[in-house]
Amino acid sequence: MTAVPVPSTTAGVDEVVAVIVLLSEFAMLRAPLLRSQVRLYAFQSLAVVALAVVVAATRHVGDLYALAALSFVLKVVIVPAVMMRLLRGTDVDLTGSPVLGAATMTLIALGVTAFGFFAVGSLHVHSKLLPSAALAIAVAVVLVAFVLIVLRSDVVSQAMGFFSLENGVSVVSLVIAAGLPLVLEVAFLFDLLVAVVVFGIIMRVHHGRAKTLLTDDLDRLRG
Amino acid sequence: MGVVLVTLIVLPFATAAISYVVPLGVSRTLAVASGAASFVLCLTLIPAVVVHGHVQAGSELRVDALSAVFLVATSFLYMATAIFSAGYLHLAPGRSGARYGRRFYAGFNLFCWAMLAAPLMSDLALLWVAIEITTIVSALLVAIDDTDGATEAAWKYVLIASLGLGIGLLATILLYYAGSTVFGSAYGLSYLTLLAGAHGFPPNVMRLAFVLAVLGYGTKMGLVPVHTWLPDAHSEAPTPVSALLSGALLATSFYAILRFYQITVRALGGTYPRTVLLIFGIASLLLAALYLLRQRDLKRMLAYSSVEHMGILAIGMSFGVTLAVVGVLLHVLAHAAAKGTAFFGAGSVVRKFGTKDMAVIRGGVGVLPWSGSMLVAAVLALSALPPFGLFRSEFLIVAGGLSVPRDAVAAVLVVLVTVAFLGLGWSTTQTMLTPGPVAVQGPGLPKGEVSRWIVAAMALGVAALVLLGVHPPAELDRLLTHAAHELGVAR
Repeated sequence: MTAVPVPSTTAGVDEVVAVIVLLSEFAMLRAPLLRSQVRLYAFQSLAVVALAVVVAATRHVGDLYALAALSFVLKVVIVPAVMMRLLRGTDVDLTGSPVLGAATMTLIALGVTAFGFFAVGSLHVHSKLLPSAALAIAVAVVLVAFVLIVLRSDVVSQAMGFFSLENGVSVVSLVIAAGLPLVLEVAFLFDLLVAVVVFGIIMRVHHGRAKTLLTDDLDRLRG
Repeated sequence: MGVVLVTLIVLPFATAAISYVVPLGVSRTLAVASGAASFVLCLTLIPAVVVHGHVQAGSELRVDALSAVFLVATSFLYMATAIFSAGYLHLAPGRSGARYGRRFYAGFNLFCWAMLAAPLMSDLALLWVAIEITTIVSALLVAIDDTDGATEAAWKYVLIASLGLGIGLLATILLYYAGSTVFGSAYGLSYLTLLAGAHGFPPNVMRLAFVLAVLGYGTKMGLVPVHTWLPDAHSEAPTPVSALLSGALLATSFYAILRFYQITVRALGGTYPRTVLLIFGIASLLLAALYLLRQRDLKRMLAYSSVEHMGILAIGMSFGVTLAVVGVLLHVLAHAAAKGTAFFGAGSVVRKFGTKDMAVIRGGVGVLPWSGSMLVAAVLALSALPPFGLFRSEFLIVAGGLSVPRDAVAAVLVVLVTVAFLGLGWSTTQTMLTPGPVAVQGPGLPKGEVSRWIVAAMALGVAALVLLGVHPPAELDRLLTHAAHELGVAR
């Protein structure tokens, strides 16, 4: 057993932000109002942007400022705006899980979080730059996003689940791959933008045909 | 030769852009021309790659033997599908409207562009971007028919595939982290760089990165248990899109997995990545073979056959000998030709009979003498019967497995492929060869082909299958062997 070093301030900030991202993921999981879910996503994205700024400042990676600005425009402004616009045209606003209550969902998410946390811990990823707790928390965010998508049964929640999964991946990339070339980060963001548009189109088509945002009747194709 | 790579990147994209503004007749011709030109360009790459080892343009575009194999498969299908679409779209009832045609051709060329771009990228992050673009474009193409089924399939597809690629992105970032332990915190994610330093990568991180890559890209490749979008999307998409999804898109995702495999073998040795692929491969083959036994929907049957063949590819890689890996790469080429042809035939049958239900369709060959017979030929090819290319490739894979020796796995492979053959063969011969009652064939179904374009596209596929099966060109053999060596196969 090696001695655990005292975490630096930087590592501390990384971890705090990662925890905030994880908590907002939990909040999204149980938020019954679709509008508040979208707002929570915007808040979560804001936390990711803040992390990018902190990493840029403390590790002197200038590129990350540009990334933070772009992420802010896309994830805090554009994506929530697109989703809110979609919601405005519909009358469904209150959804939940058809099978499980909020408490059970949260318990499952807690279990998944614990799994992610210890699984990553057992990898023994060591680095001077790397706060491994932040990595473990970010992986937990990804896993909880999966729980959200599996348990919620409306297209908005499922899409938000995907976007927040991307937030989790962003946190992973900030804590372990801060040096990733800017052009790639921009390519990822551009991709997310196109994905949002396509998700929006298909959600609109679904709503136009089924007159609902719920996915209950998407069960014709099987076998 | 570098200019060829640039042209391959520019041509389909330009065709897509032009297709959106010109009349339908022009975009039809343009798509065929662009597809044929891309295929010829990819063929010209083969000798250069065999002689010089690779072709490069700038720092981002690079083709080695491995990427050349996938470029040839994709561009062949681009050409064949463009020809098929010329006949298929023309007859679409009520959809021949200019709007549908414009959207279709813009999306079709863009989809092919993204699939051709993926193997051209030397940077693994850009490879991810290209594959994500294929998802986004093809999801819109799946939804283009605007039916309940198409909407459901498109939603499942875009959600599940995007989640899979989210995992693929996580794998890419972990790989970047593994590299940063050797190269420092800022470097380019080119596979050449990574291969050069792979010996020093931390093993635990590489293990996780590889599993996540197989899970993530495997979602798009159709590996069980993350294949669930595949039968829906393949059956509900317009037939040209189904052919591209099955023959080219799944292979493109397999290419991404092979790049991770290449690096992981350098970092960890072969045992670990082979075991992972073996597990996914057996699961895919088993589930697909069982589903094939009880499938009634013609296009879903072909979709499950794709899952089966992706399983064969994964198992073939798990043998890890040159013989089997050459077989796997030949299988990629032959599967593209066979599955394209089979879907074209299915498109013809569905147009003629107005249903995908194989319990209803009878006497296909009687009504469609050419496309019906070639559909039967394509299904026999998919079941790995000689003289078609898939017979040769599966033979090489099994022979490779017996030489390792991994007799048990090779035996399981043969048994499951036979089960799949029973399912495929039984349903197809029932629908195509059994003469139907007059009531079903009806007076509304006169003997005759739906379109000559469809027959031409299928003939192209069958010719390629026979060529690959009877006498593959010597250059191609050399290309496949080079590619197998690039994948780090020892013997």
